[in-house]
Amino acid sequence: MSLRAFGLALAALAALALLPWLDTGFWLALGIGIAQYAVLATAWALFSGPTGYVSLASAAFFGIGAYAVAVLGEALPWPVVLLVAAALGVAVSLLVGFATLRLSGVYFVVFTFGLAELIRQLVTWFEVNVTRTIGRYVFLDATQAGIYWQLLALFALLLAAGTWIGRSRLGFALRVIGGDEVVARHVGIDTARAKIALFAVSALFMAVTGAVMAPRWTYIDPAIAFNPVISFQVLIMALLGGAHRLLGPLLGVVPLTLLFELLNAHFPNHASILLGAVFMLVVYAVPRGVIGLLPLLRRRAVA
Amino acid sequence: MEAVAGTLLSGVVLGGMYGLVALGLTLQYGIARIMNLAYGEFLVAACFAALWLFTAAGVSPLLGLLLIVPAAFLLNLLVYRIFLAPLVRRAASPAALETDSILATFGLLFVVQGAMLAAFGGAYQNYSVLAVPVPLLGAVVPANRLVALLFAVAIGGALFLWLARTRAGTALRGVAVNPVAAQLVGIDVRRAAALAFAAGGALVAAGGVLVSMFLTFNAAMGVVFTMKALVVVIMGGVGNLLGCLVAGLLLGLAETAVAAWVDPGLTLAATYALFLGVLIARPAGLFGRVAR
Amino acid sequence: MSAPLLRLDALTRAFGGLVALNGVSFAVAQGDIVGLIGPNGSGKTTALNLVSGALAPDAGRVLLEGRDVGGLAAHRIARLGIARTFQLVRVLPGMSAGENVLAGLAFGRDAAWGGTAQARVESLLARVGLAGKALVPADALTYIDQKRLELARALALSPRLLLLDEWLAGLNPTELQEGISLIRSLREEGHSILMVEHVMDAIRSLCGRCVVMNAGRVIAEGPPAEVLAEREVIRAYLGDEDA
Repeated sequence: MSLRAFGLALAALAALALLPWLDTGFWLALGIGIAQYAVLATAWALFSGPTGYVSLASAAFFGIGAYAVAVLGEALPWPVVLLVAAALGVAVSLLVGFATLRLSGVYFVVFTFGLAELIRQLVTWFEVNVTRTIGRYVFLDATQAGIYWQLLALFALLLAAGTWIGRSRLGFALRVIGGDEVVARHVGIDTARAKIALFAVSALFMAVTGAVMAPRWTYIDPAIAFNPVISFQVLIMALLGGAHRLLGPLLGVVPLTLLFELLNAHFPNHASILLGAVFMLVVYAVPRGVIGLLPLLRRRAVA
Repeated sequence: MEAVAGTLLSGVVLGGMYGLVALGLTLQYGIARIMNLAYGEFLVAACFAALWLFTAAGVSPLLGLLLIVPAAFLLNLLVYRIFLAPLVRRAASPAALETDSILATFGLLFVVQGAMLAAFGGAYQNYSVLAVPVPLLGAVVPANRLVALLFAVAIGGALFLWLARTRAGTALRGVAVNPVAAQLVGIDVRRAAALAFAAGGALVAAGGVLVSMFLTFNAAMGVVFTMKALVVVIMGGVGNLLGCLVAGLLLGLAETAVAAWVDPGLTLAATYALFLGVLIARPAGLFGRVAR
Repeated sequence: MSAPLLRLDALTRAFGGLVALNGVSFAVAQGDIVGLIGPNGSGKTTALNLVSGALAPDAGRVLLEGRDVGGLAAHRIARLGIARTFQLVRVLPGMSAGENVLAGLAFGRDAAWGGTAQARVESLLARVGLAGKALVPADALTYIDQKRLELARALALSPRLLLLDEWLAGLNPTELQEGISLIRSLREEGHSILMVEHVMDAIRSLCGRCVVMNAGRVIAEGPPAEVLAEREVIRAYLGDEDA
């Protein structure tokens, strides 16, 4: 993303920050929902776009952040809790990365497919056998506006990180890897390390998002924190919007958040089927995402 | 000693089930090159079908196989032709097809699971058939598990013979080894892929029917089965049938051992640990071949 | 007597039941151009793959100035100074020619990035005859220009040893002469080159020495004129009747 675009994005975010003064009900809640998925989907695309590795682990990292707050939220100052959430997300991503990113893409997908489930089982086991609590109450002093602003700040940071990476040697290395991985290795790029680094950045943002969102629930247990539907929704949104540009996923987040609100309100029992159908539509009709269609539209306008 | 023998036998039975279930996915991934994340959903659907036949019509699941397996074959053939063949046509490379099929079947997973949840709810189901205890090797095993294992072995054996001895089966093996070369020697790769996918679906349905005899299941369990099938297929070496069986047995034994001697809450962790361990030691799987 | 730049020592590699390389040993001295020739399937590209790190040996050693680099990951071998071109030319699609060269420049020995890199990119492109084409998309270049680009990318690594895998294949007579001159100019600059080649004219005019392989073994070694007249070599290429 160019520096000019980044500047414009920051300005837009500053304008959006005014929302809590205009409404504290429905629109703010919607704004939080959109901001949450904006960070998650953009963080997802940050890694899976350039590398082509489909990560189904979003729910795992989100859950790690949320559960970190459940456990530590009342014991430590808020900024420290966020740092812990970030550190845990990075640690897990490094483990997963070192284990699977040296192998082909499909092993990575398989591993991330069950990761949320695995972590949920491990956390449950730990809680049942070691700490002997199941489910934790979170009574934190957090306002909706506060959560909203934190999410906006997180998104701004993410855009900054993405822009910086895009202009850096790491970003270039990832483009080379995406072009031809054999060539990448033969020009001296440690492809495994590049992918792992990017995966860690992505996981960091997802974990902190989970942490920021946690105070919205007063009760958290592993099943709530590690909800696989999150991985799924993040995937559709990023794919619809387009995973190959930094602002692409946003184009998917906004319409789909609205659509899912509608679906959950009117067809709560059939949400899964409809979600799945929407997803498949996206995969078949818009493989490069909406943002991938833009060059085509522009060309037709000129011709 | 009885306890150990009992655990080991349970492990073998479970491993045999895993092996059979994973065989289907080996066909789908190794030959049709479809990474089917909705695989487990079809297994659970077969469980429900067997349950329905048993409770509504009193049909034993073993007889139900005769109905459910061919139905599953046809259903999966349709799924391939409608949903997956377009992806095969538009894929620019094997990697692109893999990614596309992962995404499409991920969506299919939610559709099928959603349909089952809407139709049957999320409650756990089971039914009792052949629950007669059988003494074996110093331990006691319920007859339904033994019968399931025997059927699994029979079906697996039949599959192996079909692949090894018939023309159609050999064509499928050729496509698994080298799809381009297979085309050059006159094999209709598209038809072979569709056939393999449908056969895989038939196998998973068979597995579902057999497993439903002794397992308590619900509409949301598909994901765990898919995960385990994926782990077994990759551990065994993609496309390698023998590897599939060995890996399935390993997984079944490991899981049962962990559940019995360590903690039943850590079975998934054990699965993943085994998965990682094998991949780190042998990146192409136990019997896989990859040049490095 | 210092160690030669590159030495293969009893290098062996099998693929399942097929032994592609069976105890192959030869050396490349500093400043040499050595031709690696032999009929198809003799193991030449496998040998290059073992040297560049694309494959790991089953047995034997690859010694770069005395240091065993066999089995190291390709990116580490690239950083140690071994660069290669590929049999089927591999330019980075979706990137310009300049970016392709930059890829070689940014991660190897003597890496460069940013402003200083840009100047080196231009000079490398000029070196291989692609001056002024930095902004042209790589997949829009002609075949021989893509080969030049691959060479520029390899040179960008400041290599101690260049591996050329049938770089002269598929060129028409004019292009072939241009290609041979380009490689000769590299030799005159002091580059050390190991080239797998089928074009005998090139071997005769460029290589001080060649190594002939057949069925995974070395069957002859020496100056091209001698080696190409040997019975064993002719038999390997043409069969018994013509020897």
